[in-house]
Amino acid sequence: MATGFAAEPAAVRALQPAAVPALGTAAAPAAVPALEPAPSLNAAIRAFTGGATLRPGKVLVQVAPLVDNGNTVPLSVVVDHPMRPDHHVAAIALFSERNPQHEVANFQLGLCSAAARVSTRIRLATSQKLVAVARLSDGAFWYGEAEVIVTLSACIED
Amino acid sequence: MSARTLIDLPPRVRRGQAFEVRVSIGHPMETGYRRGADGAHLPRDILSEFRCDFEGEPVFRARLYPAISANPFLAFAMVAERSGELLFSWRGDHGFAHTERVALFVE
Repeated sequence: MATGFAAEPAAVRALQPAAVPALGTAAAPAAVPALEPAPSLNAAIRAFTGGATLRPGKVLVQVAPLVDNGNTVPLSVVVDHPMRPDHHVAAIALFSERNPQHEVANFQLGLCSAAARVSTRIRLATSQKLVAVARLSDGAFWYGEAEVIVTLSACIED
Repeated sequence: MSARTLIDLPPRVRRGQAFEVRVSIGHPMETGYRRGADGAHLPRDILSEFRCDFEGEPVFRARLYPAISANPFLAFAMVAERSGELLFSWRGDHGFAHTERVALFVE
């Protein structure tokens, strides 16, 4: 089932610009309409940050821009920050924009953690944005995003 | 409760040198959002917590939600100064609990 949905190359080319909307000030019009972020996504993120200021950067969400099967999507979150006892990444939370529940996972790193890098496999109900937020030991919050296009969604197919 | 787990770490590691720990466990992670043949929602059955400790020190903790795929896989980096025992534990719905212990050799 999963392999039966090979995306057409032309469609892939048309959709890819939407994967990098953050820089697109003067870019050509996106091939797909921009998705409005759900207000509840911000609420879920605020529950993690406690309303603290959220700064873009440091956090990299590594995921394929186009996935065939939303049931198992390999994903890594890397935070560009040292892991010294006095200065480290304390936690990383991952959110999805358009899954039934915005929370995906929440990772806490101990002092034996060697690097702020976590990999897992997630489900995506539809094409959407993923947001990872890192909490540093000094209480600062940084975030990174990734857009993913899903051709076969989780939840609908078994 | 028994479960099949895969825990992958180097056979021996250098003191103070980072290495990757990769773990997975057999579990359906039923989201609670899917419907069965009768149209009713299949009840949620997920793993909600994973922890890895080294000699009593927390290494890594994860809170998992239904968006984590079946047979949850997690990989993270750790560092150790001495040999010891790694403790892996999973907890989930309906009282699911599973623990694995793996020796870590540091040279």
